[in-house]
Amino acid sequence: MSVTPFLVLSAILFSVGAVGVLVRRNAIVVFMCVELMLNACNLSFVTFARQHGNLDGQIAAFFVMVVAAAEVVVGLAIIMTIFRTRRSASVDDASLLKY
Amino acid sequence: MIAFWVLAPVMVACAIAMVMARKAVHSALLLAVIMISLAILYAAQNAPFLFAVQIIVYTGAVLMLFLFVLMLVGVDSSDSLVETLRGQRVAAVVVGLLFGVLVATAVGQTTFGAAVGLQAANADGNVNGIAAVLFSKYIFAFEVTSALLITAALGAMVLAHRERLSPKATQRELAVKRMRDYATTGAHPGPLPNSGTFARHNSVDTPALLPDGTPSELSISRVMRARGTVRDVSADRTLAAEVEDDPGQIEGGDR
Repeated sequence: MSVTPFLVLSAILFSVGAVGVLVRRNAIVVFMCVELMLNACNLSFVTFARQHGNLDGQIAAFFVMVVAAAEVVVGLAIIMTIFRTRRSASVDDASLLKY
Repeated sequence: MIAFWVLAPVMVACAIAMVMARKAVHSALLLAVIMISLAILYAAQNAPFLFAVQIIVYTGAVLMLFLFVLMLVGVDSSDSLVETLRGQRVAAVVVGLLFGVLVATAVGQTTFGAAVGLQAANADGNVNGIAAVLFSKYIFAFEVTSALLITAALGAMVLAHRERLSPKATQRELAVKRMRDYATTGAHPGPLPNSGTFARHNSVDTPALLPDGTPSELSISRVMRARGTVRDVSADRTLAAEVEDDPGQIEGGDR
C-alpha cells in the first residue's frame, strides 16, 4: 500500500492537535493535544521507515516516545505545582509574566 | 490495509471530539482510543516493537499519569468558555484548517514511488534489527536518553515535593482543638452525619433530613455538591407527608 494515506492521516491529526493547543484553556487538555501532535509525527516516522526500507525512522519514533514520557512527567508536575498555588489549571490564570 | 481505512475515520473523529470535549476526562479517554489505533497502524507497518512500546508507554504509562493528575486536580478542571482574546478561537480553527489542507495537499501531490518495505531490514526480527541499529549507530543518543530520564525523574520529585512548614498535629492536639472550637464557636465535636438512608435511595448522594425536614448540608460530600450530583429528596418528602396526612390514598391502605 502506498504511504500517502498514512501521511495525510498524520497531517490531519497534527493539525487537529495544533488547533486544540490554540483553542483549549485547560492546561492538561493542552498537554494532551501536544501528545497528539507528537503521536502524529511518530506515525509519519514509521511510515517513512517503511518507505525507505531501513529502521532509522522507527528508532526516531522510539526516541520521540522516550522524550515525550520525560516531558509528560515534568510537565504534569509543573501543572500540579501551579494548581497547588493558584487553585486553577487554566492557562489564562498563570499570567504573572504579563505585568 | 483494511485496518487503515477502518481506523483512520475513527482516529480523526476521536481527535476532533477530544478537542471539543468539555470534560478533561473524556479528552483523556478519547486520546487512549487514538493511541491504541496508532499502535495497530504501527503493527500494520511492520513495526511490532513500536506497537508494544506504544501500548505500554503511551497508553499504559503516560495516559494513566494524565488520569492521575486529573484526579488530583479535581472536578473544577472543566474548561472556561470565556474567550480572553476576541476572535482567537475562530482564527485558531481557520489557521489549523489551512495548515492541515496545506500539508495534506503537499503530501498528496508528491510521488513517493513504491515503498521499499521492511522485509530486508526485519530479516532476523524487528527487535533484533532495531537493537543492531540502536546499539551501534545511535549509541550516543541512547546514553543521553538515560541522563534525560534520570533528570526527569529528579525534576518530578523536586516539583511534587511539598515542604512541611509546621509539625504534624498529634491526636491529642487535634482533640484539644476540637473541644476548644466547641467551647468558642459551638462547632459539633463529633463526626459528621451519615448520608440519608431511605426506602428509595440510600446512596451517598442522598442528603440526610433534619428533624424539620430540610436536607442536612453536612451529610453530603463537598465534592458531590461542587459536581451538582446531589439528589433532591424534598419531592419524596412531600409525597410522604401527603400520605401521612391522608392514608386513604394508598390503594388497599385500610389501616
